[in-house]
Amino acid sequence: MTETRVHFYQVGSFAVGNRLLSDADRTVQASRERTNSLDAGHRACQGCGEALGARYALDAAMRATGGRLVAVNATGCLEVFSTPFPETSWRIAWLHSLFGNAPAVATGVAAAMRAKGRDDVRVVGQAGDGGTVDIGFGALSGMFERHDDVLFICYDNEGYMNTGVQRSAATPPTARTATSEAVGADPGNVFGQGKDLPRIAMAHDIPYVATATVADLHDLERKVERAMTFRGARYLHVLVPCPLGWGAASADTVRLARLAAESGFFPVFEAEHGVVTGVRRIRRRVGVEEYLRPQRRFAHLFAGEGRPDLVARLQLIADANVERYGLAPEEE
Amino acid sequence: MLQQLEGSRAVAETVARCRPEVVCAYPISPQTHIIEAIGAMVKDGRLAPCEFINVESEYAAMSVSIGASAAGARAYTATASQGLLFMIEAVYNAAGLGLPVVMTLANRAIGAPINIWNDHSDAMAVRDAGWIQLFAETNQEAADLHVQAFRLAETLSVPVMVCMDGFILTHAVEAVDLIDQAVVDSFLPPYEPRQVLDPDDPVSIGAMVGPEAFEEVRYLAHLRQLDALELIPSVAEEFAALTGRASGGLLHPYRLDDAETVIVAMGSVLGTIKDAVDARRATGERVGVLGVTTFRPFPVAAVADALAGARRVIVVEKAFSLGMGGVLATDVATASPASGPELATVVAGLGGRPITRRDVEGVLGRSAQGTLPRLSFLNLDEDVVARERARMAASRRSGPFAENVLRDLAAGGANR
Repeated sequence: MTETRVHFYQVGSFAVGNRLLSDADRTVQASRERTNSLDAGHRACQGCGEALGARYALDAAMRATGGRLVAVNATGCLEVFSTPFPETSWRIAWLHSLFGNAPAVATGVAAAMRAKGRDDVRVVGQAGDGGTVDIGFGALSGMFERHDDVLFICYDNEGYMNTGVQRSAATPPTARTATSEAVGADPGNVFGQGKDLPRIAMAHDIPYVATATVADLHDLERKVERAMTFRGARYLHVLVPCPLGWGAASADTVRLARLAAESGFFPVFEAEHGVVTGVRRIRRRVGVEEYLRPQRRFAHLFAGEGRPDLVARLQLIADANVERYGLAPEEE
Repeated sequence: MLQQLEGSRAVAETVARCRPEVVCAYPISPQTHIIEAIGAMVKDGRLAPCEFINVESEYAAMSVSIGASAAGARAYTATASQGLLFMIEAVYNAAGLGLPVVMTLANRAIGAPINIWNDHSDAMAVRDAGWIQLFAETNQEAADLHVQAFRLAETLSVPVMVCMDGFILTHAVEAVDLIDQAVVDSFLPPYEPRQVLDPDDPVSIGAMVGPEAFEEVRYLAHLRQLDALELIPSVAEEFAALTGRASGGLLHPYRLDDAETVIVAMGSVLGTIKDAVDARRATGERVGVLGVTTFRPFPVAAVADALAGARRVIVVEKAFSLGMGGVLATDVATASPASGPELATVVAGLGGRPITRRDVEGVLGRSAQGTLPRLSFLNLDEDVVARERARMAASRRSGPFAENVLRDLAAGGANR
């Protein structure tokens, strides 16, 4: 008898609905036991990808550690919208110190727990892309090379959104930001710059590095739980669309995250000890244009006669990702 | 038992007896010997449990200390000069969060021009950060102050900086009586934090505070500093009762009783100044010394009391505010009693320039003659300065002035 593969396609999302899964495979969010680590009532924008990602990531980390978790936060949107004094949305032990030092502060918390013989308490550091790839980069690299027992999560919305949408080293080429305006012969952010932090993290030979998006929250949860099975420095890089900074509809956050992955523009993979061990292959490949068009930060690529030359260069980036990580759909 | 010990070793041994649980190390002269010694003690198991972390920068050293302290551990680090400036954002943050980190500052000049030798510019740069700043006069006091520092810090939830003169103390071998472990244990109970990161009782630390509460939060921090003014003398007294040593406290007055002229200073130079005062006293001059041990919080009332009988006050300080003048002197002026003594500032010892007994006696002599200006720079080579000013006037591209001065001096002052 030939085996027939069953696909659970729902609402065009290609996501597998919880109700079709066994209890063990259901999301943490589907459980009444979830922590609500980042509770309702915070002041994130409607459709905030970072709030979504942080909520799933931390609840998964809480489940993985049996609630023995401390979170350290860099300055940024996540910190500002969650803790306007005297309110806090955090239902977990949470510390914010500065913008550029979250990895080092997390190291300190982990060291204190080790000194006190409380190895059961695990530490998550978290920051946006500015706090990770730019101002916190030195501290992050130090934490990595010492193999401190910290899972560091970067919620990457590709710019300094909290300060009014400025360019970071995670901003993609051609994207309009307040410091890479869509003017002149080369509008938006330039080509040939920026850091690929997941690969830099892998070069530190830390036990676990993964990327994820808020389009596949199940995958995000699984990676957090996988990360928590390791001791030492671990890194998770989560693409979190920002309606404000990207100039996108609040309702499109998950769709844009999916298009980023499905175009290959944002590769979703995981690596252990510096070697890629798994990729989330593209299910139905789309061109980068489908990802770029709904975002006003790329509007100059499509206005008037448009800039097909620049779109083509962006497509080359996606193609290179597909090639590098083997992301092509199985039946392409 | 008195032992001949390098200052850094005495501090390291004393810090170890305070049982720190997390120690961060980033090397910078002249602090290195302290963290090297502690690192070895952790590695061979003498100091346990303790996590010794080689961090990638001073910014990380203070940041790791912040995380460790917030998680309930006794945290210690040491730095100097550029290192302190590099971590300054975290220095303010530790105080703002009310975390009782203790840090040794091996006082050193700040560049440019780069200079590794002693002065107090680094400590002055963070005087407003919200740390208690204690200045050691001797290696014995430097060691003892660390025990008191942890006690003060943890009682008040305020970080404490123990300032000791780089090289002059850190690298000098002197007789030191190391405090017994049992005495430390009786004096310094285990750290009981007011706030702690604990999954069993989760709190948010480091929330954003807007204009509706920021002033009150900052004022509370100010009140804790004022509380320190009350606590520091009683802790020093308790310490003295246990050890017989008069280390710490707010001030170290010396021969002040009938003194008409009082020199105010901080740190190791006080020994030299006391020798000078003894010499002048032998000739019948009514001179005395006021050593400032607690620079922050500044003991305004105690300084006013100590200077109540003085007609002339001379502040000798190893730092200054460019374009203004003395830093300690400004505080002394604020504290000066209503009797209004004449106040003169002598900036001295910058970048490691020696301050000799003869220098101090010269200052006292000029003061007695009424020829000591309100602001002066001890042993300033005005000819060198004038020649560089002339070069700058003569040519727009006169070049880097530090290098010009060095070249001038190397040429025996002939490079005109």
